[in-house]
Amino acid sequence: MSNSGVRGIVVAHGAMATGLVDAVRSIADIEDDVLIPVSNRGLSPQALADSVREATGGATAIVFTDLPSGSCGFAARMLIRNTSGVAVVCGVNLAMLLDFVTNRDMDIDPLLERLVSRARASIQSVPVPAPRHGDPAVQG
Amino acid sequence: MAILLFRVDERLIHGQVVVGWGNELHPDSIIVVDDELAASEWEQDLYRLGLGDGMKAVFLSAGGALEQLDSMLGDTSRSILLTRDITTMLRLANTGLLRDREVNIGGLHYAPGRDAVLPYVYLDDAQRSALTSLVAEGVHVNARDLPGGRKVSAKRLLRDGDE
Repeated sequence: MSNSGVRGIVVAHGAMATGLVDAVRSIADIEDDVLIPVSNRGLSPQALADSVREATGGATAIVFTDLPSGSCGFAARMLIRNTSGVAVVCGVNLAMLLDFVTNRDMDIDPLLERLVSRARASIQSVPVPAPRHGDPAVQG
Repeated sequence: MAILLFRVDERLIHGQVVVGWGNELHPDSIIVVDDELAASEWEQDLYRLGLGDGMKAVFLSAGGALEQLDSMLGDTSRSILLTRDITTMLRLANTGLLRDREVNIGGLHYAPGRDAVLPYVYLDDAQRSALTSLVAEGVHVNARDLPGGRKVSAKRLLRDGDE
């Protein structure tokens, strides 16, 4: 997959960012600088913000965070306050990232809208099935 | 019981405080003592995003906290008091009101010039000096990131820094 287009930075707690990016790489064929993981582990707020800024490489980028608040969300929002061409999306999930790597040639505003929509649509609950007649648990 | 936890944590209101300690202590409010944050409503709004249900945040300058500390200690509501650094906690301790109370070092992370003491505690010389002064004020200082974690004494934090 080409490395032109919007760059993605995943900023999350612990090993979550690395895990998500690894999952995307196992599904989609992407180059290393398309999606970059950054963990907050062991980093001060300033060091985390510096790591995220460095990962953007001055490119047009979307910073994906796990939570809207906390150290990751805070670092991302602080970054975009002083940096042009960078947007933030909170609540990252795998469906969102897969859609991102497929559509990152889009303009950033419609891309943001699309990513949030796709991520929300991927969150679904499947109720506990009703017991079927004849199940041992029902008979017991 | 009013202020349930005094904690030094440069991430201030974040998951470990709201979820980890919040589920253990069930605070009504989080009091953040920080000069810079007390002057920035924009940043306060960001931090409020991280609060749990029914929890409120109060942002005070160090000077404001010093004026209110005595009454806060006698308040009946349940609070967690946070500072971003040891120096600010030391200013509160210099009143003598934290004597024999416990102060938790919860998160001072990597930055240039700091040495690793624990995975979540990195100290530079200024912070070591403030930590020593905090102990000299009769405060029981220990490090622990989460309630279920192992308490590490100030003595150990300072000793490891010398090694």
